Amino acid sequence: MIREIRKNWPLYTMFLPIAVYFLIFAYAPMAGVVMAFKDFNYRGGIFGSPWNGFDNFEYFFRSGKAWLVTKNTIMYNVVFLGAYTLFSVMTAVFLSEVYNKFFKRVSQTFLFLPYFISWVTVSAFVYNFLNYEYGIVNVILRKLNLDAIDIYSSPSIWFLILPLLYVWKWVGYGSILYLAAIVGIDQEVYEAATIDGASRWQKITRITIPLLKPTMIILILLGLGRIMRGEFDMFYQLIGNNGMLMDATDIIDTLVFRSLVGTQDFGMASSVGFYQSVLTLIIILSANYLVRRYDKDQALF
Amino acid sequence: MGTNKLNKAPGFTALSYLIIGGLALITVIPFVVLISGSLSSESAVLKSGYWFWPREFSWDAYAFIFRYPAEVISAYRVSIIITVVGTVIGLFVSTMAAYVLYRKEVKYRNALAFYLFFTTLFNGGLAPFYILITKYLDLKNTLPVLILLPMFNVMYILILRSFIRGSVPEPLIESAKIDGAGEYRIFFQMVLPLSKPALASIGLFTALAYWNDWWTAMMFVSKDHLIPLQYMLYKMISSVNMSAAMAQYAGAMEQPKETFKLAMTVVATGPILALFPFVQKYFVSGVTIGAVKG
Repeated sequence: MIREIRKNWPLYTMFLPIAVYFLIFAYAPMAGVVMAFKDFNYRGGIFGSPWNGFDNFEYFFRSGKAWLVTKNTIMYNVVFLGAYTLFSVMTAVFLSEVYNKFFKRVSQTFLFLPYFISWVTVSAFVYNFLNYEYGIVNVILRKLNLDAIDIYSSPSIWFLILPLLYVWKWVGYGSILYLAAIVGIDQEVYEAATIDGASRWQKITRITIPLLKPTMIILILLGLGRIMRGEFDMFYQLIGNNGMLMDATDIIDTLVFRSLVGTQDFGMASSVGFYQSVLTLIIILSANYLVRRYDKDQALF
Repeated sequence: MGTNKLNKAPGFTALSYLIIGGLALITVIPFVVLISGSLSSESAVLKSGYWFWPREFSWDAYAFIFRYPAEVISAYRVSIIITVVGTVIGLFVSTMAAYVLYRKEVKYRNALAFYLFFTTLFNGGLAPFYILITKYLDLKNTLPVLILLPMFNVMYILILRSFIRGSVPEPLIESAKIDGAGEYRIFFQMVLPLSKPALASIGLFTALAYWNDWWTAMMFVSKDHLIPLQYMLYKMISSVNMSAAMAQYAGAMEQPKETFKLAMTVVATGPILALFPFVQKYFVSGVTIGAVKG
């Protein structure tokens, strides 16, 4: 090993900055997971605080929060991933049927636009639309002589709003990805299908969609890796600490954040964080194992 | 799809235009409503709510922001500094790392790639990270924390690696070495120039992440002069929200609360929207390079 480094030392020095960065900002916190098994106090720090075994975990699982946030996190992320994939593929397929260059460019620009704004900005949009008194949705409802909706105190509506906003923000990005894959499909396949008398719809369901499958698998697999984390930005910006919506919208990330920054409950924050990391690892490893069995080339590692 | 053109299906084509047009409209309407709202007079909004075009056109909300512009200017300054410095350093270091991961002479390149990749699979969680930054590194309320934390993205490094693999052929490096060029010289004079398209894309993605980052500031910054634009926007939106809720206790205030929020959002998001049409193609090609498995 020393000989190898000596031989290629200029190249290894090029890698050094990033190696040091990840050592400090990614690997050092990994050693910090021991915090989850400690009665943490700020003065003692991660290594000086006394051990307390599984007390933090016991507290977390007894709090009644464990099942709720796990369920919400998985449920939202599965819906997000499914809806995102479905809409991205659909949009890409229809975009590939649009031949007018100007129309295509303008609509792609519009679709891509939400990708560029922060969730802070989106929260202003949501307020603009859904605010009880002045929001445009309620203005329209009142014009139609219907009852206005107090969206910020109706938990069930958020099961619909959050996935919709998620798709709204990401579909432009996703459709570009899938459109690139569609453009890469060999045209001769379509020509042969035309000669055989295939309809447009048949070409999409029998050629385009099956050929997109490898891309879909990779992207879904990458998405699964985030399934325990989810979109903290989105949940925090849109809902914040709204107690009324808490049960419907509390996810692991928001719970960790609240325990850490809000109540300074380090035991809770670190044990939930550890729980999240371990679940994430298990999910990625099993998803990757399944993909490997199905098609070795599509596996991540 | 060239051949599909010959094999016309007018009904289906019309449907495609309709669906794409409809979706594009849905994505753009919130932007229109936002700008219209920010240009409406406060009293009209209070009376009849927001609408798709300005009710009683007025610049009041913007005038209110720019009456005391110090805060906004300071936030802009912080955002620009962290975006420029962070993007330049992050891009440079990422490209160097990507280049090392590509070179076949580096025997441990796969191990090094996994060293980076593993951090996307497992992490220590927020709590140890928070303690590390605040207690052990003592980075709270510093400019470096805002620059350092969003600096790298492992996926971007892997994308850069596959781009370099495709655009810098190995024989070229070999011949440069035979001509006596050192590794650094090869990197600066050959690899960097040949990777320009990927650098443009990844650089813009990185810059966007910096510009939109409010999380780092919320976690680690409380000093006013270090607050970047997005976090300032968040604070203003949420504090105005709160004051709207407490207005019945606090009594009427002079500021245009409703339209102010929207105008502030326009001021913070404006630069991105203005630049977007010019840089969109780099983002599109960035997404497409990323589609190639690293």
